[in-house]
Amino acid sequence: MVENRPFLALLRHLVLILGVALLALPVWLAFVASTQDGGEMLSGQFSLLPSGHLIENYTAVLFQGLASAGVPPVERMIFNSLTMALAISVGKIAISILSAFAIVYFRFPLRKTIFWMIFLTLMLPVEVRIVPTFQVVSDLGLLNSTAGLTLPLIASATATFLFRQFFLSVPPELAEAARMDGAGPMRFFTDILLPLSRTNIAALFVILFIYGWNQYIWPFVATTDESHYTVVMGIQRMVAVPDSEPIWNVVMATAILGMLPPVLVVLAMQRLFVKGLVDSEK
Amino acid sequence: MGPQVVFRSRVLPYLLVAPQLAVTLIFFFWPAAQGLRQSFLREDAFGLSTEFVGFENYATVLADPTYLEAFGRSLAMGALVAAFSMGLALLFATMADRVVRGAHVYKTLLVWPYAVAPALAGVLWFLMFNPTIGVVGYTLNRAGISWNHYLDGDQAFLLVVLAASWKEISYDFVFFLAGLQSIPRGVIEAAAIDGAGPARRFWTIVFPLLAPTSFFLLVVNIVYAFFETFAVIHATTQGGPGGATETLVYKVFNDGFIGLDFGSSAAQSAILMVIVSLLTVAQFRLLDRRAEA
Repeated sequence: MVENRPFLALLRHLVLILGVALLALPVWLAFVASTQDGGEMLSGQFSLLPSGHLIENYTAVLFQGLASAGVPPVERMIFNSLTMALAISVGKIAISILSAFAIVYFRFPLRKTIFWMIFLTLMLPVEVRIVPTFQVVSDLGLLNSTAGLTLPLIASATATFLFRQFFLSVPPELAEAARMDGAGPMRFFTDILLPLSRTNIAALFVILFIYGWNQYIWPFVATTDESHYTVVMGIQRMVAVPDSEPIWNVVMATAILGMLPPVLVVLAMQRLFVKGLVDSEK
Repeated sequence: MGPQVVFRSRVLPYLLVAPQLAVTLIFFFWPAAQGLRQSFLREDAFGLSTEFVGFENYATVLADPTYLEAFGRSLAMGALVAAFSMGLALLFATMADRVVRGAHVYKTLLVWPYAVAPALAGVLWFLMFNPTIGVVGYTLNRAGISWNHYLDGDQAFLLVVLAASWKEISYDFVFFLAGLQSIPRGVIEAAAIDGAGPARRFWTIVFPLLAPTSFFLLVVNIVYAFFETFAVIHATTQGGPGGATETLVYKVFNDGFIGLDFGSSAAQSAILMVIVSLLTVAQFRLLDRRAEA
């Protein structure tokens, strides 16, 4: 600390507390709205404190959903979101770590070509190739399936780059020693490389879980059957009700439930989250 | 590229890359090629016949005033989201960097919005500013500032920017804080001994040293504003009112899925791909410089 001025320290805390409050405000107001009943919401009398319908509202959205808007119970949508997020993160990590291993530790014809083909996927986010991707997935008969929901999102290079970067930083002596001891490439991979990558895998998992959970447009077009809705896209069906005002307390209860899992992951694994965030941009 | 020691095997490396290669070919190259092909074709309204039209779809898109407006709108959105979120993130990071007590708690309480889905963030802000039942919207109207984002295009645009910025502050905060913590304390202390106050030290030492981080974040924020705002817009304003929140990515989706104008939508995708490529190259260049700094 360069100088110690109590006034400056106080100012810092003040700014940070205001910042924390500013970030929390929208979620707090949503939470308050989710505890009110329909009449309270529309009365125009604002309360900054929760009302008494918390359990009633949350049980209703969790187990009944909003049939009038064609939205299944939130409990079902959360299960779908969880399946999608886990399939995307586990799938992406598994295929990426294997291809990065091949690209770093082997020399083989077409290696550079394959590397550049994977690299190219960075250029075209799913939002942009959405129409032709929909046609392909539909041709393959994969609409309304976990495979169709996740595979187009797994086709991306970020994780491959992360593992490649990490493998390049592993001392080459390790591979040499393993080879001299007679270990084959897969033995080296499972006994040495995989344990060394543990933290990287965990950090990447946190980032990919959030990425997968928060997917919106692809699940929106790839699920036509409401039993496959995910919670993040399902909320749109609740908001975009034709010719009437959305039932806001129900919408907000759903929003709170839909953001809870990824937010809890960040709060519980903050260190891994920050590492994953910084690493995946390298 | 790669360490000196390599394993030898004729088949194994291909088996290892096969899963990723298969997924990439089927779910990336195949649709991308389809899209590219479609951008040179024109389909009649019933999808019965297609005809090769060369670059006509591109010419039509680039001459369309609503496309050019959406282009300007996307750029403005990128600039505003970057300005809001980076400005506040830098302020919070500077404060958090020097706080002794409670630093960890502040960090935790400032990073969580990253995990909120853009679509949900949009819905939260939409309710908050609702002119009759939203706390902020209602208060604004009571105070004589007429607010109704259902009717006023500029206000709807601003609302999308605010919701997107709110979520992005956390991301920028993490990178600014990492940037600040990598500045050697000795430099700051030397300046302090020479009599430079906190404000002067910030503008003459800290701020220039953060330049690589800032440029990097600027590019990331613009890419974010281009793509991720789609969910905010789709879940709330649907491009309205009167097209005031229609961005380039929203148009790709809307013209393709709703308008069923596949040729135009595909040409727009291809143009966007060029933009993303340029931004990606810029990002990689900046990363190199960031690594050197």
